[in-house]
Formats: sequence, structure tokens, C-alpha cells
Amino acid sequence: MQTQNTAQSNDVLLEARNLNKFYGPFHALEDVSMELKKGDIKVICGPSGSGKSTLIRCMNFLEIPEQGDVIFKGEKVEDSAKSLRALRSQMCMVFQSFNLYPHLTILENCTLAPIWVNKTPRKEAEEQAMHHLERVKIANQANKYPSQLSGGQQQRVAIARGLTMNPEVILFDEPTSALDPEMIKEVLDVMISLGNSGQSMVCVTHEMGFAREVADSVTFMADGQIIETGNPDEFFTNPKTDRAKDFLSHVL
Amino acid sequence: MVVIAFLSTAFIEVARSVPMITVLFVASIMFPFFVPEGVEVDKLLRTIIAVSLFAGAYMAEVIRGGLQAVEPGQYEASAAMGHGYWQSMRFIILPQALRISIPAIVNLFIGFFKDTTLVLVIGLFDLLNMVLSATSDPKWLGFEVEGYVFAAAVYFIFCFSMGHYSRRLEAKQKQR
Repeated sequence: MQTQNTAQSNDVLLEARNLNKFYGPFHALEDVSMELKKGDIKVICGPSGSGKSTLIRCMNFLEIPEQGDVIFKGEKVEDSAKSLRALRSQMCMVFQSFNLYPHLTILENCTLAPIWVNKTPRKEAEEQAMHHLERVKIANQANKYPSQLSGGQQQRVAIARGLTMNPEVILFDEPTSALDPEMIKEVLDVMISLGNSGQSMVCVTHEMGFAREVADSVTFMADGQIIETGNPDEFFTNPKTDRAKDFLSHVL
Repeated sequence: MVVIAFLSTAFIEVARSVPMITVLFVASIMFPFFVPEGVEVDKLLRTIIAVSLFAGAYMAEVIRGGLQAVEPGQYEASAAMGHGYWQSMRFIILPQALRISIPAIVNLFIGFFKDTTLVLVIGLFDLLNMVLSATSDPKWLGFEVEGYVFAAAVYFIFCFSMGHYSRRLEAKQKQR
């Protein structure tokens, strides 16, 4: 029994336990719990204002939940500089609005954290950055500045920037929502290839095709609560709740 | 941290609500009353320190504006990448905040550069006051206008170059 428990907890990479988050009187997250197993891809979907972005931002403490715990690799995350540095150096986030550093070149964007957070020697960091930029097929733009790139290219750089930290988990916060339709695919392709290589990911997204294709589980949220969680086949073909049925009828 | 923040705010608010002439008078006339007998600080040095502190308060507000103008996403991205406060300030936030502040900083420089003539009231001599006193020299008789025009030219060249340099920096920054 004891051994089974440890095996189980080792399997779970990231866990949220009974998170509660308030914005003034607004209850943004109500007792939300979820877990991510190593190598899994979890898609969180739901109507806007449902708390899905808040949830994913609580995972790396960009938003600090008022109640509840985030457990990463078996350890409870504390709101202290040391604990957060340990958490964030192993977990990266891709934002809706890319948030590349506009005053630095693409290559510098991708080497800053490895050099200063992980203390990687510059030369090695640059080689690794180029490797990851090649992975997202943008290595030839390494010396340009972010504003010289298209939205899709910028988002791929943002993914590469995260990969340079060799993260255990990548959090995607609506990575394609700010993109023109023709650029969505190039970003999704990168995400799919990451998923196929065994990268653990949590994705808040409206791309239901993506969810169907690669997700290991889909979580549907509404009004700050998790309404249902299931594997994608089940969720898309036979949602259990009316709320989910209603949502799917609008997005599919 | 809270104490430092409070003291800084208090200093900035006081400094900004006092006219520069008051600061100059305090530095040149009041200050010697407060130091023990025998201790003497050079008047020019006192004035320089006082004006620096005074200008520092204005500069602090300009930089604060720059910091607030940096997109929140930049703070979030640097935090999410694992940078601590100092690293994120040094590499990500301040480089952007200072660039945003360039026009306001140069504006401040030009203003204070011209305000230096106020030291006349406490009996110090800057360029303009030099010309003023030179005109009472018999050797200068009949060249007062030339003297003033020269002073004006010096001020113009300094201020114009500062403004021009600022515009060039801004243009360079826009290319990115």
C-alpha cells in the first residue's frame, strides 16, 4: 500500500489542491483541484471569464491563490523567493501576448534566463538556444528583434525561450488567441511536436482540434469551477454535463 | 522595505513642493547654523549637493513613470522565466523603462541646466552672472550686447544639442 502511494505521487508532476482565488468580491476560482501526470498534455477550456487563465497563472504563482496548495514534484510551493525560483526555473509559461523582451534580439531573448538563472556559460547557452530555435524553425531570424517578426514567429520564439530552461512543464495561456488565423497552425504544429516528444504541458486554449488530437485529458471550466474532466474522445463525443454540451455546441 | 519606500515618498513629495530658491537658501544660509562650530563645507559643494537632491526627486518621478509604462507582461514574463527582482530590473525592466523615459529625462536636464542661473541669488556665479559682472568692468564698456549674445549662444547650443540628441535616441529606439 505504502509503495503504491509513492509510485502514484511520483507519477503526478503538478497538482493543484482546492485552490480559491478572489478578485475583491469576485470568486475567480472555487475549490479547484487538478493534477498533471508526467508526459501528459492537459487542455483546459471553457467560456471566457471561467477562471481558466487564473488557474494556469496560479500554477506558477503569477497569481497567488488565497487558499489551497500547488504541489510540484511532490513539494508544496511556498510564496517565497527561493521556492518560486526553484519552481519557475523548471516550469515555463507561454503567454497570449508573447511577452518577448522587445529590446533584446531573438537569440538574447533565449539566452538571458539560462545564463543568469541557470548560470550556463554564454557559449553553451547560445548553442542550446540555437538548437531550440531550430526546433521551432526560426533559427535564421536569431539576430532580429521581436518587432521585426510576425505574431506566429514571435510566439514560436516565446516557446523556444521557454524550452531553453529545459522545463518539466510548459504552461500555455491561450497561445494562439492573439494570432491571425493563418499563423495559428504554425504555432499549433510546434505544440503538437512538443507533445509528441513527451513534453508535459498544460494548455488553456480554444483550439478544440488541437485538444482532440493531442490532449491526454480535457478539463472544462465555467464560473470558476471545474465542471468536468475526461479524456478528449469522451468529452467531445459525449459530454456529461449540459454546461459542457452547450459550450461545445458553440465552439465546434 | 516599507520604511525605505515611505522615506523616499516623503522626500520626493517635500522636494517637489518646495521652490528651488528655497533649497538654495537653505543650503547656503541655513545649513551652516545646523553644523557644529568649526565644521565648514564649501558653499559651492553645498549648493551642488542641494540641487542634486532636488533634481533627484524630479528624476525619481520620471523614472517611476517609465517603470509604470513598461507592459505588465514584461514583469510577468521575467518572473515566469525565473528571474528574481534584481535580475529582472537590470536586464528586462529598466532598459525599457529608461528608454521610455528619455524624452522626459532630457526635458528635465534642459530645465535644470537653465535653472542653474538661480544660484545668483545666493551669490554664486554661473555663466550668465559672470557676463553680468563683466559688464561692470570698464574694459567691457560697449560690449555688453556681445557678452549677452555669447551667453545666449552657449545656452542655446547646450539645450539644442541635448534636445537633438534625445530625438536621435528616440528615433533609434523606434527602429526596434
